[in-house]
Amino acid sequence: MIARDKMSKLASNLVLLAIGVLFVLPLLWVLFASINRTAGLRVEFPTHPTLGNFKAVLNTDTTYRPVLNGIVLCGGAALLTMVCAVLAAYPLSRFRTRFNRPFLLTVLFCTGLPITAVMVPVYGLFVQLNLVDTIGGTIMFMATSALPFAIWLTKTFMDGVPLSLEEAAWVDGAGNMRALRAIVLPLMWPGIAVVLIFTFIGMWGNFFVPFMLLLSPERLPASVSIFTFFGQYGEPNYGQLAAYSLIYTTPVLLLYLLLSRKLGGAFALGGAIKG
Amino acid sequence: MTTTVAPTASTPAPSGKTSGGGGKPRAAKLIRMLPLSPAIGLMLVFLAGPIIYCVYAAFTNMALTGTGAANVKFVGLDNFRKAFSSGAFTNAIWLTLVFTLISAIIGQNSLGLGLALLMRKSTKLVRNFVGTAVIGAWVLPEVVAAYLLSAFFNDEGTLNVMLHAVGLPGQDWLYAAPIIAVSLANIWRGTAFSMLVYSAALSEIPKEIEESAEMDGAGGWRRLLFVTLPMISRAIMTNLMLITLQTLSVFGLIFAMTRGGPGTKSQTLPLYMYEQAFSFSQIGYGTAIALVMLAIGAVFSLIYLRGLNSEAA
Repeated sequence: MIARDKMSKLASNLVLLAIGVLFVLPLLWVLFASINRTAGLRVEFPTHPTLGNFKAVLNTDTTYRPVLNGIVLCGGAALLTMVCAVLAAYPLSRFRTRFNRPFLLTVLFCTGLPITAVMVPVYGLFVQLNLVDTIGGTIMFMATSALPFAIWLTKTFMDGVPLSLEEAAWVDGAGNMRALRAIVLPLMWPGIAVVLIFTFIGMWGNFFVPFMLLLSPERLPASVSIFTFFGQYGEPNYGQLAAYSLIYTTPVLLLYLLLSRKLGGAFALGGAIKG
Repeated sequence: MTTTVAPTASTPAPSGKTSGGGGKPRAAKLIRMLPLSPAIGLMLVFLAGPIIYCVYAAFTNMALTGTGAANVKFVGLDNFRKAFSSGAFTNAIWLTLVFTLISAIIGQNSLGLGLALLMRKSTKLVRNFVGTAVIGAWVLPEVVAAYLLSAFFNDEGTLNVMLHAVGLPGQDWLYAAPIIAVSLANIWRGTAFSMLVYSAALSEIPKEIEESAEMDGAGGWRRLLFVTLPMISRAIMTNLMLITLQTLSVFGLIFAMTRGGPGTKSQTLPLYMYEQAFSFSQIGYGTAIALVMLAIGAVFSLIYLRGLNSEAA
Protein backbone atom coordinates (compact mmCIF):
# COMPACT_ATOMS: atom_id res chain seq x y z
CA MET A 1 0.00 0.00 0.00
CA ILE A 2 2.77 2.38 0.99
CA ALA A 3 4.74 1.47 -2.13
CA ARG A 4 1.70 2.13 -4.29
CA ASP A 5 1.22 5.51 -2.67
CA LYS A 6 4.82 6.39 -3.37
CA MET A 7 4.46 5.30 -6.98
CA SER A 8 1.34 7.37 -7.53
CA LYS A 9 2.98 10.37 -5.91
CA LEU A 10 6.00 10.01 -8.17
CA ALA A 11 3.76 9.69 -11.22
CA SER A 12 1.79 12.80 -10.21
CA ASN A 13 4.99 14.76 -9.79
CA LEU A 14 6.33 13.68 -13.17
CA VAL A 15 3.13 14.50 -15.05
CA LEU A 16 2.91 17.86 -13.30
CA LEU A 17 6.53 18.66 -14.12
CA ALA A 18 5.95 17.84 -17.79
CA ILE A 19 2.93 20.16 -17.93
CA GLY A 20 4.88 22.85 -16.09
CA VAL A 21 7.70 22.65 -18.62
CA LEU A 22 5.18 23.02 -21.46
CA PHE A 23 3.91 26.20 -19.82
CA VAL A 24 7.42 27.58 -19.32
CA LEU A 25 8.71 26.86 -22.86
CA PRO A 26 6.97 29.77 -24.63
CA LEU A 27 8.35 32.11 -21.96
CA LEU A 28 11.94 31.21 -22.83
CA TRP A 29 11.72 33.02 -26.15
CA VAL A 30 10.94 36.40 -24.61
CA LEU A 31 13.71 36.03 -22.02
CA PHE A 32 16.38 35.06 -24.55
CA ALA A 33 15.28 37.45 -27.29
CA SER A 34 15.27 40.43 -24.94
CA ILE A 35 19.04 40.14 -24.40
CA ASN A 36 19.84 39.28 -28.01
CA ARG A 37 20.60 42.12 -30.38
CA THR A 38 19.84 40.05 -33.47
CA ALA A 39 16.88 38.09 -32.15
CA GLY A 40 14.54 36.31 -34.54
CA LEU A 41 11.64 34.02 -33.77
CA ARG A 42 13.95 31.10 -33.01
CA VAL A 43 14.68 30.31 -29.38
CA GLU A 44 18.41 30.50 -28.84
CA PHE A 45 20.57 31.72 -26.05
CA PRO A 46 22.47 34.73 -27.44
CA THR A 47 26.22 34.30 -27.94
CA HIS A 48 26.75 37.87 -26.79
CA PRO A 49 24.09 38.75 -24.21
CA THR A 50 23.42 42.48 -24.10
CA LEU A 51 21.14 44.98 -22.44
CA GLY A 52 21.09 47.02 -25.64
CA ASN A 53 17.46 46.19 -26.40
CA PHE A 54 16.33 47.57 -23.07
CA LYS A 55 18.40 50.72 -23.58
CA ALA A 56 16.87 51.15 -27.02
CA VAL A 57 13.25 51.03 -25.85
CA LEU A 58 13.65 53.00 -22.62
CA ASN A 59 12.62 56.40 -23.95
CA THR A 60 9.58 58.59 -23.64
CA ASP A 61 7.80 57.66 -26.85
CA THR A 62 8.30 53.92 -26.71
CA THR A 63 8.05 53.08 -23.03
CA TYR A 64 7.67 55.83 -20.43
CA ARG A 65 4.59 57.57 -21.82
CA PRO A 66 2.61 54.41 -22.73
CA VAL A 67 3.34 52.88 -19.32
CA LEU A 68 2.36 56.11 -17.57
CA ASN A 69 -0.81 56.28 -19.67
CA GLY A 70 -1.56 52.70 -18.68
CA ILE A 71 -1.09 53.53 -15.00
CA VAL A 72 -3.40 56.56 -15.22
CA LEU A 73 -5.99 54.67 -17.25
CA CYS A 74 -6.02 51.34 -15.40
CA GLY A 75 -5.28 52.84 -11.98
CA GLY A 76 -8.08 55.39 -12.37
CA ALA A 77 -10.52 52.81 -13.66
CA ALA A 78 -9.62 50.24 -10.98
CA LEU A 79 -10.06 52.82 -8.21
CA LEU A 80 -13.38 54.01 -9.64
CA THR A 81 -14.52 50.38 -9.88
CA MET A 82 -13.51 49.71 -6.30
CA VAL A 83 -15.20 52.80 -4.82
CA CYS A 84 -18.45 52.06 -6.66
CA ALA A 85 -18.26 48.35 -5.80
CA VAL A 86 -17.69 48.96 -2.08
CA LEU A 87 -20.51 51.51 -1.91
CA ALA A 88 -22.86 49.18 -3.77
CA ALA A 89 -21.86 46.08 -1.82
CA TYR A 90 -22.60 47.66 1.55
CA PRO A 91 -26.39 47.94 1.33
CA LEU A 92 -26.54 44.67 -0.62
CA SER A 93 -24.65 42.86 2.10
CA ARG A 94 -26.18 44.60 5.14
CA PHE A 95 -29.87 45.24 4.46
CA ARG A 96 -32.45 42.79 3.27
CA THR A 97 -34.84 44.36 0.82
CA ARG A 98 -36.94 43.10 -2.05
CA PHE A 99 -34.60 44.93 -4.35
CA ASN A 100 -31.44 42.97 -3.46
CA ARG A 101 -32.15 39.67 -5.15
CA PRO A 102 -33.18 41.01 -8.57
CA PHE A 103 -30.28 43.45 -8.48
CA LEU A 104 -27.73 40.77 -7.64
CA LEU A 105 -29.15 38.48 -10.32
CA THR A 106 -28.83 41.32 -12.84
CA VAL A 107 -25.23 41.90 -11.74
CA LEU A 108 -24.43 38.20 -12.12
CA PHE A 109 -26.12 38.19 -15.51
CA CYS A 110 -23.98 41.17 -16.58
CA THR A 111 -20.77 39.40 -15.60
CA GLY A 112 -21.62 36.89 -18.29
CA LEU A 113 -22.19 39.34 -21.14
CA PRO A 114 -19.39 39.43 -23.70
CA ILE A 115 -17.90 42.93 -23.37
CA THR A 116 -16.35 42.48 -26.80
CA ALA A 117 -19.83 42.44 -28.33
CA VAL A 118 -20.76 45.72 -26.65
CA MET A 119 -17.75 47.52 -28.13
CA VAL A 120 -19.35 48.41 -31.46
CA PRO A 121 -22.39 50.09 -29.86
CA VAL A 122 -20.14 51.64 -27.19
CA TYR A 123 -18.10 53.22 -29.95
CA GLY A 124 -21.33 54.57 -31.45
CA LEU A 125 -22.38 55.93 -28.05
CA PHE A 126 -18.96 57.54 -27.52
CA VAL A 127 -19.26 59.28 -30.88
CA GLN A 128 -22.69 60.67 -29.88
CA LEU A 129 -21.43 61.83 -26.47
CA ASN A 130 -18.17 63.22 -27.87
CA LEU A 131 -16.17 60.90 -25.64
CA VAL A 132 -14.01 59.20 -28.27
CA ASP A 133 -10.29 59.66 -27.56
CA THR A 134 -10.82 60.98 -24.04
CA ILE A 135 -9.08 59.43 -21.04
CA GLY A 136 -12.06 60.19 -18.78
CA GLY A 137 -14.58 58.44 -21.01
CA THR A 138 -12.35 55.41 -21.41
CA ILE A 139 -11.79 55.19 -17.64
CA MET A 140 -15.54 55.27 -17.05
CA PHE A 141 -16.23 52.55 -19.58
CA MET A 142 -13.41 50.33 -18.31
CA ALA A 143 -14.66 50.78 -14.74
CA THR A 144 -18.22 49.90 -15.78
CA SER A 145 -17.15 46.76 -17.60
CA ALA A 146 -15.32 45.52 -14.50
CA LEU A 147 -18.04 46.62 -12.11
CA PRO A 148 -20.47 43.65 -12.13
CA PHE A 149 -17.75 41.16 -11.24
CA ALA A 150 -16.22 43.53 -8.67
CA ILE A 151 -19.60 44.12 -6.96
CA TRP A 152 -20.20 40.40 -6.78
CA LEU A 153 -16.76 39.63 -5.31
CA THR A 154 -16.82 42.56 -2.89
CA LYS A 155 -20.22 41.53 -1.60
CA THR A 156 -18.98 37.96 -1.09
CA PHE A 157 -16.01 39.24 0.93
CA MET A 158 -18.18 41.72 2.86
CA ASP A 159 -20.63 38.99 3.83
CA GLY A 160 -17.74 37.47 5.76
CA VAL A 161 -17.53 40.46 8.14
CA PRO A 162 -19.79 39.78 11.13
CA LEU A 163 -22.69 42.18 11.58
CA SER A 164 -22.50 42.32 15.38
CA LEU A 165 -19.65 44.85 15.42
CA GLU A 166 -21.59 47.28 13.30
CA GLU A 167 -24.70 46.91 15.40
CA ALA A 168 -22.66 48.09 18.36
CA ALA A 169 -21.50 51.08 16.33
CA TRP A 170 -25.05 51.87 15.26
CA VAL A 171 -26.15 51.85 18.87
CA ASP A 172 -23.37 54.36 19.53
CA GLY A 173 -24.94 56.57 16.90
CA ALA A 174 -22.59 55.98 13.97
CA GLY A 175 -24.17 56.34 10.52
CA ASN A 176 -23.96 53.66 7.85
CA MET A 177 -21.13 55.29 5.94
CA ARG A 178 -19.17 55.76 9.12
CA ALA A 179 -19.67 52.14 10.11
CA LEU A 180 -18.53 51.11 6.64
CA ARG A 181 -15.40 53.24 6.83
CA ALA A 182 -14.43 52.62 10.43
CA ILE A 183 -15.45 49.00 10.94
CA VAL A 184 -16.20 47.05 7.78
CA LEU A 185 -13.40 48.27 5.51
CA PRO A 186 -10.55 47.73 7.99
CA LEU A 187 -11.80 44.19 8.58
CA MET A 188 -12.04 43.28 4.91
CA TRP A 189 -9.00 45.03 3.46
CA PRO A 190 -7.45 41.75 2.23
CA GLY A 191 -10.62 41.14 0.18
CA ILE A 192 -10.54 44.72 -1.12
CA ALA A 193 -6.88 44.30 -2.13
CA VAL A 194 -7.66 41.05 -3.96
CA VAL A 195 -10.48 42.65 -5.95
CA LEU A 196 -8.51 45.84 -6.65
CA ILE A 197 -5.37 44.05 -7.81
CA PHE A 198 -7.24 41.60 -10.02
CA THR A 199 -9.27 44.40 -11.54
CA PHE A 200 -6.05 46.29 -12.30
CA ILE A 201 -4.30 43.23 -13.76
CA GLY A 202 -7.29 42.55 -16.00
CA MET A 203 -7.33 46.14 -17.25
CA TRP A 204 -3.56 46.33 -17.71
CA GLY A 205 -3.70 43.45 -20.16
CA ASN A 206 -6.88 44.63 -21.89
CA PHE A 207 -6.22 45.50 -25.49
CA PHE A 208 -9.58 45.86 -27.21
CA VAL A 209 -11.18 48.62 -25.12
CA PRO A 210 -8.38 51.25 -25.32
CA PHE A 211 -7.67 50.15 -28.89
CA MET A 212 -11.23 51.13 -29.87
CA LEU A 213 -11.84 54.17 -27.70
CA LEU A 214 -8.48 55.98 -27.84
CA LEU A 215 -6.96 57.27 -31.07
CA SER A 216 -4.13 59.75 -30.43
CA PRO A 217 -0.73 58.07 -30.13
CA GLU A 218 0.11 60.22 -27.11
CA ARG A 219 -2.86 58.83 -25.15
CA LEU A 220 -2.38 55.13 -25.93
CA PRO A 221 -1.50 52.80 -23.04
CA ALA A 222 1.21 50.16 -23.25
CA SER A 223 -1.22 47.39 -24.24
CA VAL A 224 -2.00 49.15 -27.53
CA SER A 225 1.24 50.97 -28.33
CA ILE A 226 3.02 47.61 -28.46
CA PHE A 227 1.61 47.39 -31.97
CA THR A 228 3.88 50.19 -33.12
CA PHE A 229 6.70 47.65 -33.20
CA PHE A 230 5.08 46.31 -36.33
CA GLY A 231 5.75 49.27 -38.58
CA GLN A 232 4.76 49.43 -42.20
CA TYR A 233 8.17 48.27 -43.32
CA GLY A 234 9.28 44.69 -42.98
CA GLU A 235 10.12 42.65 -39.91
CA PRO A 236 9.81 44.15 -36.45
CA ASN A 237 12.85 44.30 -34.20
CA TYR A 238 12.07 41.18 -32.17
CA GLY A 239 14.74 41.85 -29.55
CA GLN A 240 13.28 45.25 -28.71
CA LEU A 241 9.75 43.86 -28.82
CA ALA A 242 10.76 41.21 -26.28
CA ALA A 243 12.48 43.76 -24.04
CA TYR A 244 9.45 46.04 -24.18
CA SER A 245 7.12 43.10 -23.43
CA LEU A 246 9.11 42.33 -20.29
CA ILE A 247 9.02 45.96 -19.11
CA TYR A 248 5.29 46.16 -19.81
CA THR A 249 4.66 42.91 -17.92
CA THR A 250 6.72 43.81 -14.84
CA PRO A 251 4.08 45.91 -12.97
CA VAL A 252 1.46 43.15 -13.01
CA LEU A 253 4.02 40.52 -12.04
CA LEU A 254 5.05 42.64 -9.04
CA LEU A 255 1.41 43.16 -8.08
CA TYR A 256 0.78 39.46 -8.37
CA LEU A 257 3.79 38.64 -6.19
CA LEU A 258 2.53 41.10 -3.59
CA LEU A 259 -0.85 39.41 -3.74
CA SER A 260 0.47 35.88 -3.35
CA ARG A 261 2.89 36.76 -0.55
CA LYS A 262 0.44 38.74 1.56
CA LEU A 263 -3.02 37.54 0.70
CA GLY A 264 -3.00 33.88 -0.18
CA GLY A 265 -2.81 34.85 -3.83
CA ALA A 266 -5.21 33.84 -6.50
CA PHE A 267 -6.53 31.01 -4.36
CA ALA A 268 -8.60 33.56 -2.45
CA LEU A 269 -10.13 34.56 -5.77
CA GLY A 270 -10.80 30.94 -6.71
CA GLY A 271 -12.63 30.46 -3.42
CA ALA A 272 -14.76 33.56 -3.87
CA ILE A 273 -15.79 32.61 -7.41
CA LYS A 274 -16.70 29.06 -6.61
CA GLY A 275 -18.82 30.12 -3.61
CA MET B 1 -40.75 42.32 3.80
CA THR B 2 -43.40 44.92 4.47
CA THR B 3 -43.67 48.15 2.57
CA THR B 4 -46.30 49.87 4.69
CA VAL B 5 -45.12 53.09 6.20
CA ALA B 6 -44.74 52.74 9.92
CA PRO B 7 -46.93 55.02 12.04
CA THR B 8 -43.84 56.54 13.62
CA ALA B 9 -42.56 57.66 10.25
CA SER B 10 -42.05 61.20 11.38
CA THR B 11 -39.63 60.26 14.11
CA PRO B 12 -36.82 58.23 12.59
CA ALA B 13 -34.64 57.20 15.48
CA PRO B 14 -31.01 57.15 14.41
CA SER B 15 -30.04 54.80 17.19
CA GLY B 16 -32.70 52.22 16.44
CA LYS B 17 -31.26 50.73 13.29
CA THR B 18 -31.62 47.04 12.72
CA SER B 19 -30.35 44.85 9.99
CA GLY B 20 -33.82 43.62 9.17
CA GLY B 21 -35.30 47.04 8.76
CA GLY B 22 -38.86 45.72 8.77
CA GLY B 23 -40.63 48.83 9.96
CA LYS B 24 -38.36 51.51 8.54
CA PRO B 25 -39.93 54.52 6.91
CA ARG B 26 -39.79 54.48 3.16
CA ALA B 27 -37.58 57.56 2.85
CA ALA B 28 -35.01 56.14 5.25
CA LYS B 29 -35.04 52.89 3.29
CA LEU B 30 -34.33 54.77 0.10
CA ILE B 31 -31.49 56.70 1.71
CA ARG B 32 -29.99 53.44 2.88
CA MET B 33 -29.86 52.21 -0.71
CA LEU B 34 -28.35 55.47 -1.93
CA PRO B 35 -24.74 54.15 -2.01
CA LEU B 36 -25.83 51.94 -4.88
CA SER B 37 -26.44 54.92 -7.13
CA PRO B 38 -22.90 55.48 -8.54
CA ALA B 39 -22.72 51.84 -9.62
CA ILE B 40 -26.24 51.89 -11.05
CA GLY B 41 -25.57 55.18 -12.84
CA LEU B 42 -22.41 53.90 -14.51
CA MET B 43 -24.04 50.63 -15.51
CA LEU B 44 -27.10 52.37 -16.94
CA VAL B 45 -25.06 54.77 -19.09
CA PHE B 46 -22.17 52.57 -20.19
CA LEU B 47 -23.72 49.10 -20.20
CA ALA B 48 -27.49 49.30 -20.56
CA GLY B 49 -27.14 52.31 -22.87
CA PRO B 50 -24.94 50.58 -25.44
CA ILE B 51 -27.08 47.44 -25.33
CA ILE B 52 -30.26 49.43 -26.06
CA TYR B 53 -28.39 51.34 -28.76
CA CYS B 54 -27.25 47.97 -30.13
CA VAL B 55 -30.83 46.69 -30.37
CA TYR B 56 -31.80 49.85 -32.26
CA ALA B 57 -28.80 50.04 -34.62
CA ALA B 58 -29.00 46.36 -35.52
CA PHE B 59 -32.24 47.04 -37.41
CA THR B 60 -30.87 50.02 -39.37
CA ASN B 61 -28.48 50.50 -42.28
CA MET B 62 -26.20 52.72 -40.18
CA ALA B 63 -22.73 53.11 -41.66
CA LEU B 64 -19.69 55.34 -41.32
CA THR B 65 -19.59 56.03 -45.05
CA GLY B 66 -21.99 55.86 -48.02
CA THR B 67 -25.80 56.04 -47.94
CA GLY B 68 -26.10 54.63 -44.43
CA ALA B 69 -24.02 57.53 -43.10
CA ALA B 70 -26.17 60.32 -44.58
CA ASN B 71 -29.64 59.08 -43.66
CA VAL B 72 -30.08 56.20 -41.28
CA LYS B 73 -33.26 54.22 -41.86
CA PHE B 74 -34.86 51.07 -40.53
CA VAL B 75 -34.26 48.01 -42.62
CA GLY B 76 -36.13 45.47 -40.48
CA LEU B 77 -34.46 42.09 -40.36
CA ASP B 78 -32.27 42.72 -43.40
CA ASN B 79 -29.00 42.67 -41.43
CA PHE B 80 -29.86 39.32 -39.89
CA ARG B 81 -30.97 37.87 -43.25
CA LYS B 82 -27.71 39.06 -44.75
CA ALA B 83 -25.73 37.53 -41.90
CA PHE B 84 -27.31 34.11 -41.92
CA SER B 85 -27.03 33.82 -45.68
CA SER B 86 -23.40 34.94 -45.72
CA GLY B 87 -20.64 32.36 -45.90
CA ALA B 88 -18.26 34.52 -43.86
CA PHE B 89 -20.74 34.74 -40.98
CA THR B 90 -21.41 30.99 -40.87
CA ASN B 91 -17.65 30.45 -41.09
CA ALA B 92 -17.20 32.75 -38.07
CA ILE B 93 -19.91 30.96 -36.07
CA TRP B 94 -18.34 27.61 -36.89
CA LEU B 95 -14.84 28.77 -35.94
CA THR B 96 -16.15 30.29 -32.70
CA LEU B 97 -17.72 26.95 -31.79
CA VAL B 98 -14.48 25.06 -32.56
CA PHE B 99 -12.43 27.63 -30.64
CA THR B 100 -14.73 27.47 -27.59
CA LEU B 101 -15.01 23.68 -27.64
CA ILE B 102 -11.27 22.99 -27.98
CA SER B 103 -9.86 25.77 -25.85
CA ALA B 104 -12.44 26.20 -23.09
CA ILE B 105 -14.65 23.15 -22.66
CA ILE B 106 -12.02 20.51 -23.45
CA GLY B 107 -8.71 22.28 -22.91
CA GLN B 108 -8.87 24.73 -20.02
CA ASN B 109 -11.51 22.81 -18.13
CA SER B 110 -9.94 19.34 -18.26
CA LEU B 111 -6.37 20.56 -17.89
CA GLY B 112 -7.36 22.84 -14.99
CA LEU B 113 -9.17 19.97 -13.25
CA GLY B 114 -6.28 17.59 -13.94
CA LEU B 115 -3.75 20.04 -12.55
CA ALA B 116 -5.83 20.66 -9.43
CA LEU B 117 -6.20 16.90 -8.83
CA LEU B 118 -2.53 16.13 -9.43
CA MET B 119 -1.41 18.98 -7.21
CA ARG B 120 -3.01 17.32 -4.22
CA LYS B 121 -0.70 14.35 -4.61
CA SER B 122 2.55 16.14 -5.38
CA THR B 123 5.46 17.50 -3.42
CA LYS B 124 5.41 21.16 -2.48
CA LEU B 125 8.34 22.13 -4.69
CA VAL B 126 6.75 20.70 -7.85
CA ARG B 127 3.39 22.16 -6.93
CA ASN B 128 4.82 25.64 -6.50
CA PHE B 129 6.80 25.47 -9.74
CA VAL B 130 3.82 24.35 -11.82
CA GLY B 131 1.43 26.74 -10.10
CA THR B 132 3.74 29.68 -10.77
CA ALA B 133 4.23 28.71 -14.42
CA VAL B 134 0.49 28.30 -15.09
CA ILE B 135 -0.53 31.46 -13.23
CA GLY B 136 2.36 33.37 -14.83
CA ALA B 137 0.89 32.62 -18.25
CA TRP B 138 -2.45 33.94 -17.01
CA VAL B 139 -1.14 37.19 -15.51
CA LEU B 140 0.75 38.06 -18.70
CA PRO B 141 -0.96 40.80 -20.75
CA GLU B 142 -3.03 39.47 -23.65
CA VAL B 143 -0.91 40.94 -26.44
CA VAL B 144 2.38 39.80 -24.90
CA ALA B 145 0.97 36.28 -24.58
CA ALA B 146 -0.02 36.49 -28.23
CA TYR B 147 3.54 37.40 -29.31
CA LEU B 148 5.09 34.66 -27.21
CA LEU B 149 2.84 32.07 -28.73
CA SER B 150 3.26 33.41 -32.27
CA ALA B 151 6.98 32.85 -31.80
CA PHE B 152 6.30 29.41 -30.29
CA PHE B 153 4.17 28.22 -33.22
CA ASN B 154 6.28 29.89 -35.89
CA ASP B 155 8.16 28.07 -38.65
CA GLU B 156 11.42 28.18 -36.72
CA GLY B 157 9.76 28.40 -33.30
CA THR B 158 10.17 26.22 -30.24
CA LEU B 159 7.40 23.78 -31.15
CA ASN B 160 9.01 22.87 -34.45
CA VAL B 161 12.44 22.59 -32.87
CA MET B 162 10.98 20.06 -30.45
CA LEU B 163 9.15 18.18 -33.20
CA HIS B 164 12.32 17.98 -35.30
CA ALA B 165 14.21 16.71 -32.28
CA VAL B 166 11.95 13.66 -32.09
CA GLY B 167 11.96 13.22 -35.88
CA LEU B 168 8.53 14.65 -36.69
CA PRO B 169 7.97 17.12 -39.53
CA GLY B 170 7.29 20.72 -38.51
CA GLN B 171 5.29 23.42 -40.25
CA ASP B 172 4.21 27.00 -39.72
CA TRP B 173 1.29 26.24 -37.45
CA LEU B 174 -0.20 29.73 -37.76
CA TYR B 175 -0.64 29.09 -41.50
CA ALA B 176 -1.32 25.38 -41.53
CA ALA B 177 -3.79 25.17 -38.63
CA PRO B 178 -4.48 28.69 -37.34
CA ILE B 179 -7.62 27.88 -35.37
CA ILE B 180 -5.83 25.01 -33.59
CA ALA B 181 -2.86 27.29 -32.84
CA VAL B 182 -5.01 30.06 -31.35
CA SER B 183 -7.02 27.47 -29.39
CA LEU B 184 -3.83 26.05 -27.88
CA ALA B 185 -2.72 29.61 -27.15
CA ASN B 186 -5.96 30.24 -25.29
CA ILE B 187 -5.49 27.01 -23.30
CA TRP B 188 -1.99 28.17 -22.36
CA ARG B 189 -3.27 31.55 -21.28
CA GLY B 190 -6.54 30.61 -19.60
CA THR B 191 -6.02 27.30 -17.76
CA ALA B 192 -4.97 29.03 -14.53
CA PHE B 193 -8.54 30.23 -13.93
CA SER B 194 -10.00 26.70 -13.99
CA MET B 195 -7.09 25.40 -11.93
CA LEU B 196 -7.78 28.00 -9.22
CA VAL B 197 -11.52 27.35 -9.14
CA TYR B 198 -10.99 23.57 -8.90
CA SER B 199 -8.20 23.84 -6.32
CA ALA B 200 -10.51 25.88 -4.12
CA ALA B 201 -13.38 23.43 -4.61
CA LEU B 202 -11.24 20.34 -3.96
CA SER B 203 -9.78 21.84 -0.79
CA GLU B 204 -13.26 21.90 0.70
CA ILE B 205 -13.97 18.20 0.35
CA PRO B 206 -13.65 16.67 3.83
CA LYS B 207 -10.77 14.20 3.96
CA GLU B 208 -12.90 11.59 5.76
CA ILE B 209 -15.20 11.14 2.78
CA GLU B 210 -12.43 10.15 0.43
CA GLU B 211 -10.70 8.08 3.08
CA SER B 212 -13.84 6.09 3.81
CA ALA B 213 -14.34 5.49 0.10
CA GLU B 214 -10.81 4.17 0.00
CA MET B 215 -11.54 1.88 2.97
CA ASP B 216 -14.53 0.52 1.08
CA GLY B 217 -12.11 -0.53 -1.62
CA ALA B 218 -12.90 2.10 -4.25
CA GLY B 219 -9.82 2.44 -6.48
CA GLY B 220 -8.38 5.70 -7.76
CA TRP B 221 -10.52 6.13 -10.87
CA ARG B 222 -13.74 4.95 -9.25
CA ARG B 223 -13.15 7.21 -6.29
CA LEU B 224 -12.62 10.14 -8.65
CA LEU B 225 -15.70 9.35 -10.72
CA PHE B 226 -18.19 8.50 -7.99
CA VAL B 227 -16.96 10.48 -4.98
CA THR B 228 -14.73 13.42 -5.88
CA LEU B 229 -16.35 14.71 -9.08
CA PRO B 230 -19.94 14.66 -7.76
CA MET B 231 -18.77 16.62 -4.71
CA ILE B 232 -17.46 19.44 -6.89
CA SER B 233 -20.23 19.33 -9.51
CA ARG B 234 -21.28 22.86 -8.63
CA ALA B 235 -17.77 24.21 -9.20
CA ILE B 236 -17.61 22.36 -12.53
CA MET B 237 -20.88 23.95 -13.62
CA THR B 238 -19.78 27.45 -12.56
CA ASN B 239 -16.38 27.08 -14.15
CA LEU B 240 -17.70 25.75 -17.46
CA MET B 241 -20.12 28.65 -17.80
CA LEU B 242 -17.59 31.33 -16.88
CA ILE B 243 -14.82 30.09 -19.17
CA THR B 244 -17.26 29.57 -22.05
CA LEU B 245 -18.39 33.17 -21.73
CA GLN B 246 -14.81 34.43 -21.48
CA THR B 247 -13.76 32.43 -24.51
CA LEU B 248 -16.67 33.63 -26.64
CA SER B 249 -15.38 37.18 -26.38
CA VAL B 250 -11.64 36.60 -26.87
CA PHE B 251 -10.42 39.25 -29.30
CA GLY B 252 -6.92 40.57 -28.56
CA LEU B 253 -5.21 37.18 -28.48
CA ILE B 254 -6.45 36.12 -31.92
CA PHE B 255 -6.12 39.60 -33.39
CA ALA B 256 -2.48 39.91 -32.36
CA MET B 257 -1.62 36.35 -33.43
CA THR B 258 -3.32 36.01 -36.82
CA ARG B 259 -5.68 38.98 -37.40
CA GLY B 260 -8.25 36.33 -38.22
CA GLY B 261 -6.18 34.96 -41.08
CA PRO B 262 -4.79 33.58 -43.19
CA GLY B 263 -7.86 34.62 -45.18
CA THR B 264 -10.67 34.02 -42.70
CA LYS B 265 -9.34 30.74 -41.30
CA SER B 266 -9.26 31.96 -37.69
CA GLN B 267 -11.87 34.72 -37.90
CA THR B 268 -14.13 34.09 -34.92
CA LEU B 269 -17.29 36.15 -34.33
CA PRO B 270 -15.63 39.05 -32.45
CA LEU B 271 -13.06 39.50 -35.23
CA TYR B 272 -15.72 39.24 -37.93
CA MET B 273 -17.81 41.84 -36.11
CA TYR B 274 -14.82 44.16 -35.81
CA GLU B 275 -13.98 43.80 -39.50
CA GLN B 276 -17.54 44.49 -40.65
CA ALA B 277 -18.15 47.41 -38.32
CA PHE B 278 -14.82 49.22 -38.61
CA SER B 279 -12.79 48.00 -41.56
CA PHE B 280 -15.89 48.01 -43.77
CA SER B 281 -17.73 50.76 -41.80
CA GLN B 282 -21.02 48.82 -41.69
CA ILE B 283 -22.13 49.82 -38.18
CA GLY B 284 -25.69 48.54 -38.63
CA TYR B 285 -24.55 45.13 -39.82
CA GLY B 286 -21.78 45.03 -37.19
CA THR B 287 -24.21 45.71 -34.36
CA ALA B 288 -26.52 42.98 -35.69
CA ILE B 289 -23.62 40.54 -35.25
CA ALA B 290 -22.94 42.05 -31.83
CA LEU B 291 -26.57 41.41 -30.95
CA VAL B 292 -26.22 37.76 -31.99
CA MET B 293 -23.16 37.48 -29.72
CA LEU B 294 -24.98 39.19 -26.86
CA ALA B 295 -27.89 36.78 -27.31
CA ILE B 296 -25.56 33.77 -27.18
CA GLY B 297 -23.90 35.23 -24.07
CA ALA B 298 -27.28 35.95 -22.49
CA VAL B 299 -28.48 32.36 -23.03
CA PHE B 300 -25.34 30.93 -21.42
CA SER B 301 -25.57 33.47 -18.61
CA LEU B 302 -29.19 32.51 -17.90
CA ILE B 303 -28.37 28.80 -17.84
CA TYR B 304 -25.59 29.62 -15.39
CA LEU B 305 -27.94 31.62 -13.17
CA ARG B 306 -30.51 28.82 -13.19
CA GLY B 307 -27.81 26.34 -12.22
CA LEU B 308 -26.71 28.50 -9.31
CA ASN B 309 -30.30 29.03 -8.22
CA SER B 310 -31.35 25.41 -8.22
CA GLU B 311 -28.21 24.47 -6.31
CA ALA B 312 -28.75 27.16 -3.72
CA ALA B 313 -32.43 26.39 -3.20
